[in-house]
Amino acid sequence: MGSNYDDISFSEYTLGQEQLDQIEAILHEDLVESGVNSVLLIDMAGNIIANRDNGLCDHDVYSLAALASANFAAVDTMAKLVGEQEFSLLFHKGENENIHFSKINPEFLLISIFGKNVTLGLLRLKVTEAIEKINGLLEK
Amino acid sequence: MAFVNMKTKEVQAKIVFYGPGRGGKTSNLEYIYSKFRERIKSEMVSIKTHGDRTLFFDFLPFDIGKIMGYDVKVQLYTVPGQVKYDATRKLVLKGVDGIVFVADSQVEQRKKNVLSLKNLQENLSTYKKSIFKVPLVLQYNKRDLKDVPLLPIEVMDKDLNSQLKVPSFPASAVTGHNVVPTLKKIISATMASLQNVLK
Repeated sequence: MGSNYDDISFSEYTLGQEQLDQIEAILHEDLVESGVNSVLLIDMAGNIIANRDNGLCDHDVYSLAALASANFAAVDTMAKLVGEQEFSLLFHKGENENIHFSKINPEFLLISIFGKNVTLGLLRLKVTEAIEKINGLLEK
Repeated sequence: MAFVNMKTKEVQAKIVFYGPGRGGKTSNLEYIYSKFRERIKSEMVSIKTHGDRTLFFDFLPFDIGKIMGYDVKVQLYTVPGQVKYDATRKLVLKGVDGIVFVADSQVEQRKKNVLSLKNLQENLSTYKKSIFKVPLVLQYNKRDLKDVPLLPIEVMDKDLNSQLKVPSFPASAVTGHNVVPTLKKIISATMASLQNVLK
C-alpha cells in the first residue's frame, strides 16, 4: 500500500474487531498477568491501538502515546545518524516505575510500564513472546 | 493516518500547527487549552527550551464529541518553527491528518512564511503526501499588532495561497480572534477527508 501519492488519506493498516480483541487478550495474558502495570500498543503517529492495565493505573495515556512515539522516532533517527539500523533496547528506569519500548513492526510500538515486582529480564522475555504472537496475528 | 477503532467506535486524528518560528503556533494551542479547559481532561504537554521556545512539540488531546456515531478525539500538535529543528519537525508530521499553517503577518517575516510553507511541502513529500491534497487551513496571525507594519491580507494570500486556494483566516492567537474558527475549519476539513472510511 501507499504506492501513490495520497491514495490513502487514512491508515496504512486495518485491524478488525476480532484482531483487536485478540491483541488485547495477548496484552492482558502475557504482560498484565505477569505483573506489568500498564501496556499500550500504539502506532508511530502516536495513536493508541490498544491499552490494558492492572486497574490501578491512572496515566494520561494519550499524552504518553504522543510522547512515546516521538521519543522512539527521535532515538531511531539518532541511531541512523551514528550508522546503526536501530537501538534495540529502549528502556527508562525510575525509582518506582519503568518504561520499556519495543518495536513490533515498522508501524507499531509496544510500551510497557512496570514496577519493582517485574525484572527487566522477565519483562523482555514476555514482551518478545507477546510481539511474536501479535506479529502472527497481523500477518493473517 | 487517523486511527479508527471499530470496536470502541473511536477516531483519533492528528492535526499539526506548522509555520515559521515565533509565529504563534504554541499560542494557538494555549488559547484553545484555556478556552476549552473544562472539556480537556489532560494537561497540555510542551517540550520546550529554557528560553521558552518549542524544542520538539506541544500536544493537546481534544475530545470533540460524536461525529457519525464515532467518538472523535483530535490530537493537536505544534512543530518547532526554528529552521534548525527540521529533523524533529519532520518527525511530528508523521501520520498527520490535517494542518494549520500559522503565518506571521509582520512585514519583516514575509520571507520566512514563504520558506516555512516550502519546507512543509518538502517534509510532507518525504511521507509521500502532497500539500495540495492534505486538509490545510492558513491562519494569518498577529493581526492585533499595532506598532509594527503588517502585510495586507491580499499580499499574504498572493504569497501563500495563490496556488493552494485553501481557507484562510486573519487572526490573533494572543487575543483569541479567529482561533476557534480556524480550529473548527481544519477539524471539519479533516473529518471530511476521513468520511469515506467512517461510512
